[in-house]
Amino acid sequence: MSAQAPPIQVPQPKRRYGRSREGSFKERLQGIAFAAPALIVLGLFVVYPAYYTVRLAFYKSDYLFSFTNYVGLQNFKDLFQDKDFFDVSHFPPSGAVFNNLKWVVIYISLCLILGLALAVMTIRVRYESAVKSVIFIPMAISATAVAVIWLLVYSPNPDIGTVNAVIHGLGGNPVSWLGQSSTVNYAIIIAYVWASTGFAMVVLSAALKGIPTEIIEAARVDGAGEWNIFRRIMLPMLSLPISIVTVWLFINVIKVFDIIYVMTAGGPGTSSRVIAYTMFVDTFNGFPGRGAAVAVIMLVLMIPVMILNVSRFKSERVMT
Amino acid sequence: MATRAETARLAQPRTFSERLVGWVTRSQVHIVLLAIAALWLVPTVALLVTSFRPRSDALSSGWWHVFSSHLTLANYSQVIHTGGMGHAFLNSLYITVPATILPLTLGAMAAYAFAWTRFPFRDTTFLIIVALMVVPVQTAFVPLLKLFRENGHLNTEFYGIWLAHTAFGLPLAIFLFRNFFITLPKDLIEAARMDGASEFAVFRRVVIPLSVPALASFAIFQFLWVWNDLLMALIFVSDPSKQPMTVKITQLLSTYAQEFHILAAAGFLLMAVPLIVFFALQRYFVQGLLAGSVKS
Repeated sequence: MSAQAPPIQVPQPKRRYGRSREGSFKERLQGIAFAAPALIVLGLFVVYPAYYTVRLAFYKSDYLFSFTNYVGLQNFKDLFQDKDFFDVSHFPPSGAVFNNLKWVVIYISLCLILGLALAVMTIRVRYESAVKSVIFIPMAISATAVAVIWLLVYSPNPDIGTVNAVIHGLGGNPVSWLGQSSTVNYAIIIAYVWASTGFAMVVLSAALKGIPTEIIEAARVDGAGEWNIFRRIMLPMLSLPISIVTVWLFINVIKVFDIIYVMTAGGPGTSSRVIAYTMFVDTFNGFPGRGAAVAVIMLVLMIPVMILNVSRFKSERVMT
Repeated sequence: MATRAETARLAQPRTFSERLVGWVTRSQVHIVLLAIAALWLVPTVALLVTSFRPRSDALSSGWWHVFSSHLTLANYSQVIHTGGMGHAFLNSLYITVPATILPLTLGAMAAYAFAWTRFPFRDTTFLIIVALMVVPVQTAFVPLLKLFRENGHLNTEFYGIWLAHTAFGLPLAIFLFRNFFITLPKDLIEAARMDGASEFAVFRRVVIPLSVPALASFAIFQFLWVWNDLLMALIFVSDPSKQPMTVKITQLLSTYAQEFHILAAAGFLLMAVPLIVFFALQRYFVQGLLAGSVKS
């Protein structure tokens, strides 16, 4: 390290941050007046509650949600001893955390792969916008409606459920997709992939169209095949939009609740619970302290995204 | 578009076998695309068809037998009248409209302050708001519920859920609007100020009229977000007669379990408004969803 030359001093442009301190007293007052209502609402209903919840995670608390019975880190210890939340006593491990991990891996990769494939394919056909609409519409409807739609698809009765009707028609036995712990998580994940792929497709398709045609043209003239054009030109140029979509899907996975609540209520037993579901159940079934601890875990999982958002915003600011 | 067509022309294969290979690959793309699109449509079509089938048919045969059964609107009238979905539809409106207008208004005002006025810690505060965008709503459930219960039982009225949705919609609103407002020409705002316009007049008569696309995008996103929300309504609407459609459907589900003709009709009532928004305002709608993609 010491052998390195000292960093070259580059004159920095005056940062725009500094200017905010300028301005007359009246100007400042007016600015504060415009921002105040929103800041008060944010302070009272977002920031203060977050502080309250973090503090509550260290108490056993009661049905009034007050700070009674300080227990230190016991809530977190209990949580990781709770077989419904975190169970590593057998292989494969189970519990809400590992269900959520399945969600992270399967949901994110399926949405990305399907979204990318659709973006690449739709760009070549004339009915592009029609196909895109069909894939994108599920984004508009609520997770509750998605859940009802897929409850019908997965109905164990082969006379009613679409999937089991197909299996029955092929000579197989109907499967209770949502009724057994071995399939329930995958079944719900597929339903949610159906609802979210449209987002990945639209973002990636827009990015794809932003790639200058000259580049692809030049590659074609040089004799590059379609696969190489995709692999060596499109994919690298899509890395930023792919990361944006991945972050969005990650946020979605951590907060997933509605669809599970409607489709299985965390069941059968507790086998389709995820982190957000555990938070809900613990909080309102007499363990508010433990529920708060789960909320804190969710908040911690979001911190990398916060840092990413803030630093991305800051770097854009410097450039403009 | 012209350049892409040109590319296609330049890349035209010349020999017959090359053309044949090209045709096969292209028809593969068509087949795969159409198959995926059909696959995507089937679940929704199944529910739509089921919602029009009479009870006896829906319980005994699958939706693909649609052509052998007569269709009826009876399921819709049953869920609207006896199922309580009509009342719940109005509740959804009562919840969603103020929960959209409030963050829109407060957010636009705050964004104006962050974009065009100066006050201490302005930029630090803004960075905090950027960070707040992804705070999970779960961190607010318990304290807000306690706050609402102990201060005038706000959770038995609509106030509680309005405030909760407003608070969690605000960071995104401020973020989007501020980024849009700073792109407005500086001269315009300075000129209005020179002419003696008050800050509020500049905001109301210059900034707002020029920012309709951004305002519309956020309004659509927030409207759908609140309309489609189940979790916050479960927690912050404790009076059963004030519950929105999403909550109502979960109750119908426990009553009617496998009676899909009822659930299907209820589901389509819930979907109706978002689908209308989607088809009527597709451009703003997509923009809104894309803009909202940074929210937790």
